[in-house]
Amino acid sequence: MQKTLFDKIWDSHLIKDIDQNENADYPSGPSLIYIDRHLIHEVTSPQAFASLKQSGRKVRRPNLTIATTDHNVSTESRSLPIVDEVSKTQLETLSRNCKEFGITIYDIASPDQGIVHVIGPELGFTLPGTTIVCGDSHTSTHGAFGALAFGIGTSEVEHVLATQCLWLYKPKSFLINIEGNLRKRHAITSKDIILNIIRKIGTDGGNGMVLEYRGVAISGLSMEQRMTICNMSIEGGARAGLIAPDETTFNYLRGRRYAPTDSELDRMIEFWKSNLKSDENVKFDRVQTINVGELAPQISWGTNPSMVVDITDSVPSPEQFAKSDENKRKLAIRALEYMDLEPGTPMTDVHVDRVFIGSCTNSRLEDLMEASLVIKGRKVSTNVRAMVVPGSQKVKLQAEEIGLDQIFKDAGFEWRESGCSMCLGMNPDILLPGERCASTSNRNFEGRQGSGGRTHLVSPIMAAACAIEGHFVDVRDWL
Amino acid sequence: MTNVDTDQIIPKQFLKLIQKTGYGGFLFYDWRFDRAGNPKKDFVLNEPKYRERQVLLTRDNFGCGSSREHAVWALYDYGIRVVIASSFADIFYNNCFKKGLLPIHLSQDEIDYLFDLEKNDDAVIEISLANQTISISEKIIDFDIDLTRKKILLEGIDEIGYTLSFSDQILNYEKAFKVADYNKFLGKN
Ligand code: SF4
Repeated sequence: MQKTLFDKIWDSHLIKDIDQNENADYPSGPSLIYIDRHLIHEVTSPQAFASLKQSGRKVRRPNLTIATTDHNVSTESRSLPIVDEVSKTQLETLSRNCKEFGITIYDIASPDQGIVHVIGPELGFTLPGTTIVCGDSHTSTHGAFGALAFGIGTSEVEHVLATQCLWLYKPKSFLINIEGNLRKRHAITSKDIILNIIRKIGTDGGNGMVLEYRGVAISGLSMEQRMTICNMSIEGGARAGLIAPDETTFNYLRGRRYAPTDSELDRMIEFWKSNLKSDENVKFDRVQTINVGELAPQISWGTNPSMVVDITDSVPSPEQFAKSDENKRKLAIRALEYMDLEPGTPMTDVHVDRVFIGSCTNSRLEDLMEASLVIKGRKVSTNVRAMVVPGSQKVKLQAEEIGLDQIFKDAGFEWRESGCSMCLGMNPDILLPGERCASTSNRNFEGRQGSGGRTHLVSPIMAAACAIEGHFVDVRDWL
Repeated sequence: MTNVDTDQIIPKQFLKLIQKTGYGGFLFYDWRFDRAGNPKKDFVLNEPKYRERQVLLTRDNFGCGSSREHAVWALYDYGIRVVIASSFADIFYNNCFKKGLLPIHLSQDEIDYLFDLEKNDDAVIEISLANQTISISEKIIDFDIDLTRKKILLEGIDEIGYTLSFSDQILNYEKAFKVADYNKFLGKN
């Protein structure tokens, strides 16, 4: 039988199917799936540990879970004390739980601390063909390595800790073929590709499905760029996103702490090469082809990640949606009101107050390098407050070694410590009501970056150019 | 409303607690309250007649975005026991069953019918999970639910305990399967 990459990973982790045989209307019950890798952070784990303790259970395989603190941590200097008592309790609770159950933790004192989806790959914890879960929806990031990776709720975090397995209903498969070659390297990024995909399939287009991304445009991307694409699969509603591993993937793994070494790695690579790709003639439940040959930089105008236009477009009018869907029209009216935008305004006329370069979508070394291309020798607009928040302490260090921090600082950017920061504003990095932000993060929901704040999702290089000009610009003109 | 995301259901500033309870007061916080913390008159849950309701009626893609189970805890704490929508985001749907919140998936037409019914003040609906029906005076709407999930809700099964009853199979898998090779790179247990 022909199988997709997703089928293959699923089947190789299947422990048991629940048979609902008597009732033909419900042929597929949940399956018990083995989980190879588990990542935890301070926000979605405390209740899982509490309940584990209450029922007197142990962690089945403590070495298959690693922990970090990212959502709540301050991005001010690490030597300052934590001011927020409630955040502090959450951070300390995670440390205590990890100690008690023998789980490795990279807390704020650690040189390996960072956003959970940045450090997993960085440490070589993320490997092709594995199943990876985390109490966080952007776990889909790890799918860039050909791993089946998805977000779970807190009860499932507890379930994984106790059993190293999960009961899952098998999602459907959705192939996204990405044709065409990106025109202007640097100006058009993988962020633009994924924003364009979500614009086309909608925020629920991938519901109940695992996406597989394929095509020349994908093979040409680095691991970091692939991670940006898989990261936002959840914004299209998908359970997970997958890219079959290739030489780029294997090269990335060499020398990483938890990755296999030398001959072991070579042996694994042989295994991965022959096993981790969809069979040639396999049928996906859904297929969509997207051509990125003429892609312009993408920018979100509304309050969900499918409300996206080209940078050369204007703010859309709700009437554009009237014919197709009354609900869409209502949503557009509400979004425009929240975003305080006039239909017909060119996107390049929209001014911003803040610029945020960071988050698990776009805070890796390459993202920062790309952003730095347009700021060298320039200054951040006097009306803008701009910040760079590296995804991990390692990214920060590497960036500093090649002098990126200085380029950003000279231009007037704040250069901060690693964490989720203004991606969700659980720490003091938030937008004030009414402030407008060019952000490299993944969600533009109402209030996501701070109550009343307005978010426009863009690529790192678009955000950087916007910081200089004080309004959005077509970065293709700069390169 | 369509695409109600979990950031709206429970905004992040309320995710700092380390318990599973106490979130009800923060449900839809930014929609229910203005900046000074006063209830907004025009938000539906603030209308007196809706205060005690146990059923939430909504449209496409409810619960999208963040995986936070806090969203389910907040709905439950507030007093909601059933959410009816034309579609749900996957993680949210899954999370509902962990707390005993029933998510019901209906067609657009059925949802429209229920919204129309809402205009009639004394309409009462009765939901039976055992029969998988929503009864409105004469009319009955059937809904689908997976049998395992139904059982979990009706019987309140301890899922972890159930999984642990397969411990031998899990152990055999760990011993036999090749991928488990990966794990030796993670050090000893
Ligand atoms: S950076 Fe943002 S999206 Fe990513 S894990 Fe942190 S809060 Fe979630």
